[in-house]
Amino acid sequence: MEGNYYPLLKWILAAPLAGFLLNGFFGKKFLGEKAGGIAGSLAILVSFIFAALSFSDLLNLPPENRLLRDTLFNWISAGTFTVDAAFRFDPLSAVMALIVTGVSFLIHVYSTGYMKGDAGYNRYFAYLNLFVFFMLTLVLADNPLVMFVGWEGVGLCSYLLIGFWYEDPEKATAGKKAFITNRVGDAGFLLGLMLLSGILAANNVIGMDFETLKASASLLSGYSFFGVGAATLICLLLFFGATGKSAQFPLYVWLPDAMAGPTPVSALIHAATMVTAGVYMLARLSFLYELAPRALEVVLLVGCFTAFFAAVIGLVQKDIKKVLAYSTVSQLGYMFMAAGAGAYAASVFHLATHAFFKALLFLGAGSVIHGMSGEQDLSKMGGLKKEMPVTFLLVAAGWLAIAGVPGLSGFYSKDLILEKVFEHGGGFVWGVGVLTAGLTAFYTTRLFVLAFLRSKRGHGHAHESPLSMTLPMAALALLAVGGGFFLKERLFVFLDPSFVPVHGHTPQALRLMMVSVAAGVSGIVTAFFLTLPGPAAAMKAALPRAHALAFNKFYVDELYALLLLKPLRYAADKVLYALVDAGLIDGLLVNGAAKASYSAGKALARAQNGRLDIYALIFALGVAAMLLWII
Amino acid sequence: MELLTNPLSLTVLLPALAGLGIFAIPRGNAAALKGYALAASLVIFALSLRLWAGFNPDLAAMQFALDKPWLPSFGISYSVGLDGISLLMVLLTTFLMPVSVLASFNYIKESPRAYYAALLFLEAGMVGVFAAADLFVFFLFWEAMLIPMYFLIGVWGGPRRVYAALKFFIYTMAGSVLMFAAILWVAAAHHTATGAWTFNIPALYAGALTVQAQFWLFAAFALAFAVKVPLFPFHTWLPDAHVEAPTAGSVLLAGVLLKMGVYGYLRLAVPMFPQAAQTFAPWLAGLGVVGVIYGSLVAWSQRDMKKMVAYSSVAHLGTVMLGVMAFEPAAVAGAVLQMVNHGLSTGALFLLVGVLYERRHTRLIEDYGGLAKVMPGFAAVFMIVTLSSVGLPGLNGFIGEVLVLFGSFRVYPWLAGAAVAGVILSAVYMLGMYQQVVFGPLRHTENKILRDLDLREWLYLLPLLVFIVLIGVRPNPFLRPVLPAVNAYITLSGARPAPPSPAVNIAVGGEERK
Repeated sequence: MEGNYYPLLKWILAAPLAGFLLNGFFGKKFLGEKAGGIAGSLAILVSFIFAALSFSDLLNLPPENRLLRDTLFNWISAGTFTVDAAFRFDPLSAVMALIVTGVSFLIHVYSTGYMKGDAGYNRYFAYLNLFVFFMLTLVLADNPLVMFVGWEGVGLCSYLLIGFWYEDPEKATAGKKAFITNRVGDAGFLLGLMLLSGILAANNVIGMDFETLKASASLLSGYSFFGVGAATLICLLLFFGATGKSAQFPLYVWLPDAMAGPTPVSALIHAATMVTAGVYMLARLSFLYELAPRALEVVLLVGCFTAFFAAVIGLVQKDIKKVLAYSTVSQLGYMFMAAGAGAYAASVFHLATHAFFKALLFLGAGSVIHGMSGEQDLSKMGGLKKEMPVTFLLVAAGWLAIAGVPGLSGFYSKDLILEKVFEHGGGFVWGVGVLTAGLTAFYTTRLFVLAFLRSKRGHGHAHESPLSMTLPMAALALLAVGGGFFLKERLFVFLDPSFVPVHGHTPQALRLMMVSVAAGVSGIVTAFFLTLPGPAAAMKAALPRAHALAFNKFYVDELYALLLLKPLRYAADKVLYALVDAGLIDGLLVNGAAKASYSAGKALARAQNGRLDIYALIFALGVAAMLLWII
Repeated sequence: MELLTNPLSLTVLLPALAGLGIFAIPRGNAAALKGYALAASLVIFALSLRLWAGFNPDLAAMQFALDKPWLPSFGISYSVGLDGISLLMVLLTTFLMPVSVLASFNYIKESPRAYYAALLFLEAGMVGVFAAADLFVFFLFWEAMLIPMYFLIGVWGGPRRVYAALKFFIYTMAGSVLMFAAILWVAAAHHTATGAWTFNIPALYAGALTVQAQFWLFAAFALAFAVKVPLFPFHTWLPDAHVEAPTAGSVLLAGVLLKMGVYGYLRLAVPMFPQAAQTFAPWLAGLGVVGVIYGSLVAWSQRDMKKMVAYSSVAHLGTVMLGVMAFEPAAVAGAVLQMVNHGLSTGALFLLVGVLYERRHTRLIEDYGGLAKVMPGFAAVFMIVTLSSVGLPGLNGFIGEVLVLFGSFRVYPWLAGAAVAGVILSAVYMLGMYQQVVFGPLRHTENKILRDLDLREWLYLLPLLVFIVLIGVRPNPFLRPVLPAVNAYITLSGARPAPPSPAVNIAVGGEERK
């Protein structure tokens, strides 16, 4: 087997698992709040340290040989189906593992402050640790099936954490919606894998690990279904899975609802890590997508549409977390645009910078919500600059980073994506991307202005958050500001050893960059103007329809309910159960047969009435009939 | 004396003996009765572990075989033996038995002596069916087992118990009658061909039968087993039987009795009539897939928890049938494992419903809500079992599901593809029920004083949880003994030489590009 055996990998996973077991089983009774929080955070720190160690060992290897593997045992083996519980650590996994453990650690620390006094404190940390375990399983997996374990596992934790305050039916429902929507995507993922494994097995390829898949991917070119190449079909099915996990059209609907969970959860799971799983999966399976240019086209278009569509919805949302949620959907769209253009490294780059600034923004929103005792409505905020100066400064860093201000992290990654999309030949897609960049700048500025600047509109006093919350935010702010500059070339060289760094920009790239910067700046300026009470009201009055449409999220949820859920519910309740099951099968056939034999018995019993004359009559008739038949 | 020295034969007979022995305990002594029943079921489980330990997982042949002539003039003998498939089934039975006994302690107040005796007799019948290597003996156990089950539902069941018990009995009997006629025909045909009487199952495999005869005989067997599985549309006895049966009855009904239908296909219907089986297989697999989707959707509209779990069984067993009818090693092995998984997770679900029923005397979903607050332990166990049932990776249900889906996809791409819908639908109805029962506010005042699981309840739930996790993480020890038997089954089915070449099937519907 290729790659170097590296037994350290399992410890990256073991630490959060141990943390989960500790808090899950002994948390409430033996650990209590303080020790539970520390144990949960430490578990992630340990995991981060092991990831960093593995990373440094990986760096010491020659670039073409950077693959560490750790196979624990043969997981499933039956017939020609065999899967190992195996993990790998290559540049892509390394980047993901460092982001996941690093950001997770900061958010764990933040949570110790944010969740203080919550009745489910230990349960919270148990779930959060379990999430990190599954997320690491996802990014370290050495075959798609182990990856699927992580893939569904993070979905489970997301479900548990969205519905963390389960007594509120709305929150519990949001959790369920997330799980089921994700499962719809997962079904596509499974189908894709079934097709892939079926074709490989037909060619006597048994291993499922990524190296084997890569080596035998060319076998797919021999198959097609209804004129669609097998590779294209597999890639589309897998991408459908990604639209679930990474909240792309048409399965994005769960993510805005997922904001029902505690805000640090939104930062970690629904912004920085889990929702990027689809992007990671595409990068991991890029060797398949290379074979399927038509699937990549779909990825590009879906990403582009989602980025724009979600940004439009985000323009007018009132709930601070909803704005950020749609922003996340939109930014994930950018990552898929990059992947669709074949620029996987660019998508991973944006994944990283987005993890920094979006986690920061969410934590900032959490700090605001915490400081305002649970208020999430932007229209009731304002003037927090004075009351929460630290949060104000840190969120400002996140705001400028996502708005695309040159020099900050969001600028580098977004600009690179737009450049790659343009090069790929998508002038239109590029245009939409630039427009979306302007919208992004607009809605983040709007959020920032409404929350921190302007005069106070709500009542009550806000207070600054404790150090346990502001320190992790400061660390993220540092990354959001400097991360892009620091990573831009290093990351590319690391991910792709054949990458040649270019210094300076071609004139065309420079022009493109200037356009996107202009879009960002005009978005910011417009937002400052349009958030003034007068223009805002005027705008709303001028376009009441458009505003209502965007504010109500284009009624997509209602549409799904009308077209999918209700008919299915009706089919299940009224047709299948009432009509077919209870009516036709059980009523008519089963009990009908029983009733028929019962009444037949009754009818025949009437013949046995004990009257001799009737018996004699029947006897005579019978004899007559027999005689007639014989003659 | 071989009857009692052979460990397999002892596992068959001991429950029956223990069942008789129960009548030596004085009528009023409830504590001694419970202790005796529990001890007996535990001893039997321990005995069956000897079978596990002594089983050679690399052999396809019957192990622990015993062949005692019984009615030699007709070639009938008391003949038992185990292969990997029946080994797992026997262990599942003996494992679920102490669990069921323990779960009955508080619930059964009326004539407990007869109750525990019925449970033990039932165990003898169930183990007997899986151990039988003689067709006549198989049929005897098959029918004998109905009687204690009939009483379990009809005497200790809910308000509509008589209707449910009768429906269960007549439905199953209707299938069995045809099967008995077919059994006699097969034996007679064998006698005509060879001049010797035998009911030995392996001896009857692939006998000298015309295709036409095979067709009808397979149909007779298939019908009897389809009722038991239950395959859509022969399933409507199941919800009624489950709803009315006492908890232990539901656990054993779902956990073991349903598996006998599938086991019948594996052991008898397919190997005896391979040509007919090949013709019928796509249809049976298709009915299985219909069951997956139909069962899930109907489960979704249920308001009674037990009824919902019953319909979910239709869906799960549909997956199993898809696997069994694919004649592909991974799919069949997955189906066998899924039989065990279903026994564990659905058994656990019925136990959990029983826990609630003993406290509140209602099974309606809407009578609960917010239980996580008052019963956190229950909520946690229920969560894990729910996840096992929906096939979450890392737990047992996933392994079986994945093997069946991936394996059968190589044979029936369209059917397996459609069965994936079950992945979504199971989450829809299971999580829907979970949310309504466990999450939300405590709406009903009666629920505010519910106590969490007690020691006895933990004792019978924990072993199930252990296996739910264990099979999910390390399925191979459970798959390994099954594989030789599965390969033998596939060879007997005459499907295709192992390892199968799915190329032909995959290419169907598509054309070569180059």
